[in-house]
Amino acid sequence: MPEPSVDPAVSTLEGDTAAVQAGTQPLVLEPSPAGAPADVEKAANKRLGVMGWIAIIWMVLVVGSAILAPLLPIPDPAKPFVTHAGEGPQAGHPFGFDSNGQDMFSRVIWGARASLIVSVGSVAFGLLFGGVLGLIAGYYRGKLDTLLSYVFNTFLAIPQLVLALALVAVFASQPDVTVSEREFWLIISIGLVSIPIIGRITRASALTWSQREFVLAGRSMGARNRRIIIRDVMPNVLPAMFSIALLGIAVVIVLEGGLSILGVGVPASTPSWGNLIAVGRNELTKIIGAAPQVIFFPSIAIFLTVLALNYLGDVVRARFDVRESVI
Amino acid sequence: MSPLRQRKEVRRTISAKPEAGRLLEVTDLSTAFKTPRGLAQAVNSVSIVLDRGKTLGIVGESGSGKSVFSRSVMGLLPKHNVVREGSIRFEGQELTSLSNSAMRTYWGKEMAMVFQDPMTSLNPVVKIGRQITESLRYHLDMDKKQADEIALTLMKSVGIPEAERRLEEYPHQMSGGMRQRIVIAIALACGPKLLFADEPTTALDVTVQAQILNLLQQQQRERDMAMVLVTHDLGVVAGRADEIAVMYAGQIVERAPTRTLFAQMRMPYTEGLLKSIPKLEQPSHSRLQIIGGRPPDLVSPPPGCKFAPRCPYAQERCHVEEPPLVEADTPGHYYKCWYPVGTAEGKEALEKNLSAGIAQAVAAVGGDSVAAAKVEQEVNA
Repeated sequence: MPEPSVDPAVSTLEGDTAAVQAGTQPLVLEPSPAGAPADVEKAANKRLGVMGWIAIIWMVLVVGSAILAPLLPIPDPAKPFVTHAGEGPQAGHPFGFDSNGQDMFSRVIWGARASLIVSVGSVAFGLLFGGVLGLIAGYYRGKLDTLLSYVFNTFLAIPQLVLALALVAVFASQPDVTVSEREFWLIISIGLVSIPIIGRITRASALTWSQREFVLAGRSMGARNRRIIIRDVMPNVLPAMFSIALLGIAVVIVLEGGLSILGVGVPASTPSWGNLIAVGRNELTKIIGAAPQVIFFPSIAIFLTVLALNYLGDVVRARFDVRESVI
Repeated sequence: MSPLRQRKEVRRTISAKPEAGRLLEVTDLSTAFKTPRGLAQAVNSVSIVLDRGKTLGIVGESGSGKSVFSRSVMGLLPKHNVVREGSIRFEGQELTSLSNSAMRTYWGKEMAMVFQDPMTSLNPVVKIGRQITESLRYHLDMDKKQADEIALTLMKSVGIPEAERRLEEYPHQMSGGMRQRIVIAIALACGPKLLFADEPTTALDVTVQAQILNLLQQQQRERDMAMVLVTHDLGVVAGRADEIAVMYAGQIVERAPTRTLFAQMRMPYTEGLLKSIPKLEQPSHSRLQIIGGRPPDLVSPPPGCKFAPRCPYAQERCHVEEPPLVEADTPGHYYKCWYPVGTAEGKEALEKNLSAGIAQAVAAVGGDSVAAAKVEQEVNA
């Protein structure tokens, strides 16, 4: 019975036209109120928001001070102010001193340096190898994919901390190991641990993008597989990889802390956020003369940095999700 | 293929002048997919011949194998789970035996494809300009400036306004019709001799469809290309193809020059397709004529004529014995049917089915919805 359903539509249409003709309805085109919430939501997704800006400012501060640490007007992190040992925050020394009298503010800033070198380095290592393997697995599929996925899953079955601990313990635990050697092996072993995680995520993303018609179109125009992977698939997978990389840096900062407590992090002679906490953890059990700042400030630094990175990772993902839904 | 036709084709090939040689000659091409249930015969010994400057329309409903056919001819299907048999000759060169790297000299330069959905056949993160110039620089070794100039001319020739600005834009900044124009420009960039258009207008607005089809036709004429226009809509190919091949269940069931096909169709399936197009002179809200049921399972197709279970003309013979592709009175017109439309046998068969109350026949003649539903049930059972 189509007639009854058609009639009201016609009548409302006529009603509207009549209203417009009578001048009761403004002729200016305004966005309908029904469409507004969606638009606002989209705009909010596009913008960073206050939290986003705070996160960015925090990360700029951390990265900037880590890079510029030798130039900043702060005391040498190894210099002991023996008379002030264990004292709390005071003028000129906002984070106080540790039990050796070393300036905590300076140590936290220098600690950012070591923590960031290890975390950025290992995530970059993981991105490089995990990303390439994931792209290959996701693009070629078939037996190669089965094999790589099998390897990824096998590595994922081993707890990351244990695997990283074992690798560092084997390669860089001799007593005369230098700080940069230890950092290098930390990067390699945490990087190795992150390969299967990044690889799997890249593979999943590459798998969906490789099914798109533009990949077939590229093939139909005579492009080689390598060209299609690098020019067509990879640029589409990168946003997902970037978002994972941000989260990954946060995870590695925490992981390095865990390794420090187990005694295989960055050596205590060079401060890192992880080993500051590891060294300072004795302060928690002291009844008299405890110096909680030793553990409090590095923890806060880790907490805020991980929070900021997580938030930025989400922002990145949200932005690219919007872009995809528009397409 | 009947020996008679084979001989005839051989004679035609020999008598043809060498410079006007066959551009594409596909003989007995079969393509099957390996599935857990067995081989799915998506294309079943299909033969076509195509000359430069001609358009072949391939028509059939979803799942009739028309897209697989065009991809199989181009060699774009994955090798590991596809079985391809038969011969594909492009300018005399056999393509079936070529490796992917040898095929790369044909892809883009000699033959290209326009895909169905312009929303997914362009890379969303690459600028339009680079997507067009990429193949120019790769295949024809042009420098950036030359390639950009060609891209600009191409974009103008496919009817894109403000081409200079568009070069720097991304696909999501354009409408569907615009994007399909870009896809066509990319396919045409290296001047292919053979263009496959795989349902080029299915994803587009009706008003844009005609524009895109006209554009394809115009480009095909200007460049003296051969074109294979794959579609499910007889109306799309009606005025544009020189020859039409109707596919069903992976086989060509009728093939004829366009005029002949519409004037004297022999295959009940073609008739069904034509009847299913709504007509302007029909009163509004009149029910569309449909072909009840679905195409057969390609893993285990029916033994006789593949269309028999849905055919209003089908007799007992159709269900057990597969009809060969035979030539009709008009030369160049082939069909595959025991009781062809428009002949005495066909008429008799339909009347017999009608008086016996066979649902397929009743639905086809009267547009009876009850009968159509019954066909649906029977065929699917």
